[in-house]
Amino acid sequence: MARALDGLRAYRLIAAMWIRSAAAYRTSFLVTAIGSFTASGLSFAAILLMFSHVEVLGGLLLPEAALLYGTSNTALGLADLTLGNMVSLGQRVRDGTLNTLLVRPAPVLAQVAADRFALRRIGRIGQGALVLIWALAQVDVAWTPLKILLVPVMLISGAAIFGAVYIVGAAFQFCAQDAAEVQNSFTYGGNALLQYPPAVFAKEVVWGATFVIPLAFVNWLPVLYILDRGNPLGLPTWLAFAAPAVATALCAAAGLAWRAGLRGYRSAGS
Amino acid sequence: MRNKQHHGGRGRFENNGGIELEDVEKVFTLRRRTGVLRRSREEVRAVDGISFTVAPGEMVGYIGPNGAGKSTTIKMLTGILAPSGGRLRVAGIDPARERIRLAHHIGVVYGQRTTLWWDLPLRDSYTLVRRLYRVPARRFHRNLDRCVELLDLGALMDTPVRQLSLGQRVRGDIAAALLHDPAILYLDEPTIGLDAVSKVKVRGFLQDINAEHNTTVLLTTHDLTDIEQLCRRVMVIDHGRLVYDGTLDGLHTLGESERTLIVDFERVLPPVTVPGARTVKTDGPRQWLAIPADASAAPVVAAVAAHHPLVDLSIREPDVEDVIAAMYARLPRG
Repeated sequence: MARALDGLRAYRLIAAMWIRSAAAYRTSFLVTAIGSFTASGLSFAAILLMFSHVEVLGGLLLPEAALLYGTSNTALGLADLTLGNMVSLGQRVRDGTLNTLLVRPAPVLAQVAADRFALRRIGRIGQGALVLIWALAQVDVAWTPLKILLVPVMLISGAAIFGAVYIVGAAFQFCAQDAAEVQNSFTYGGNALLQYPPAVFAKEVVWGATFVIPLAFVNWLPVLYILDRGNPLGLPTWLAFAAPAVATALCAAAGLAWRAGLRGYRSAGS
Repeated sequence: MRNKQHHGGRGRFENNGGIELEDVEKVFTLRRRTGVLRRSREEVRAVDGISFTVAPGEMVGYIGPNGAGKSTTIKMLTGILAPSGGRLRVAGIDPARERIRLAHHIGVVYGQRTTLWWDLPLRDSYTLVRRLYRVPARRFHRNLDRCVELLDLGALMDTPVRQLSLGQRVRGDIAAALLHDPAILYLDEPTIGLDAVSKVKVRGFLQDINAEHNTTVLLTTHDLTDIEQLCRRVMVIDHGRLVYDGTLDGLHTLGESERTLIVDFERVLPPVTVPGARTVKTDGPRQWLAIPADASAAPVVAAVAAHHPLVDLSIREPDVEDVIAAMYARLPRG
């Protein structure tokens, strides 16, 4: 627990330093933040384009599909902002700079995650949140307190699930140092999957995204509950509320994987 | 794989700047492909049973050929690597188990790699170091002002680390390693690539720090002048074993190492003969004279200058590889 607090403190200090240093180049920050906003917005343009030809996609109307899009992008954006730099771990192992982190009095995970903290990644969160707000205003849903509560719970759990994927991916890079692309395929690739209704995919894909890498808990299951749709695997609807538990379990597993990876590195060297 | 466990037995240098190693080993397993599916495992004993003690305030040179196990030892002493066997204590702390607690007691400088943040100006890096190490503001400013003055960093404080020259960067790194008043300082090739002026500056600074704060210094280097001017004691490691632990003079005697006096005469002369030196090579008016490394060059220079017309002269120190090679030539290994 003390270690976790130490880690958060180190994270805050390092991230704050990078934000201050980026503030010296305000124009550059604005341009890159707008770039991030626009780049992630293009994927929504693709969805809009599809709905200009069809009324319903995978059983969902445009505002409903937008709800999937907004939740997934916001969740990924939050994880990407806080843990996106974990992708660089393999590079650090290769060039030996991981060793310099090991002689500082702070947990290595926090140091790697906070290094080059890029506030411009807020662009993706902003874009996702805009779509989400529009979708929430447009969808035809009989809101109950439970459904309203599920929205923030889903976003936080979703961010934690993506965050766990970032950490597991980094832990994997202790042994396979050029596996950054594998990690990207689960985070950005996973996001591309979650932007669309599960019904457009083969059952096997949905099954894998539920039970193997449980990305379905980021938004598919909770959103389908909010929309009162059954899910394509015929699973019970209460599973939507398992998202926090799934996120907690994944984070715990990610923590163990990270510790095992770091222990392996410290006993084998590079 | 031998795996010695040592329990209990508190270190002699509990919670101060001492270093203790007892039968420390580090074995790496290399996996090599020998066929389509076949892999062979090979054990490499990078550090093969090393024991030594460094008292608080001592400055010790730790030398050896490339791949001898120097960096592996340092990595174990800083807590980066866990040992495969044996017992280590640095300032009374087991480095592998309590890496973060140890970090407050040690400073690490790599000549070839920076521990600073590449894209941040020195000033920001130092502020971040201060916060990470929780250095009280007064102590931080006192230490920083001193480093800035003695290491000549004043004009560099707002330059990003990546724009510094090697010499400037190493000086910046040394300052960063000392801001939290570490009891122990590890220096890995701190003068590599530095110009003569920077070398003198860095050495002088290290001497001052050691004298004032009783900082323990463990130094790896290829430049024996570093050791000559800083360390009374030198340890030599080769093939993962400690092969020498004593004074530098003793090492020179053991290795029969020689310094080379390079003399330019006014004209071509036959090989000169002076007591205490022998001529090993001539090339036109230039001659190379070998002097035992533990003897003073002054009488030889005086004798040469008294009898022959000199234009110029310079002295080349023996390097680590020469000394060790010569030492082996004399001593059967093991």
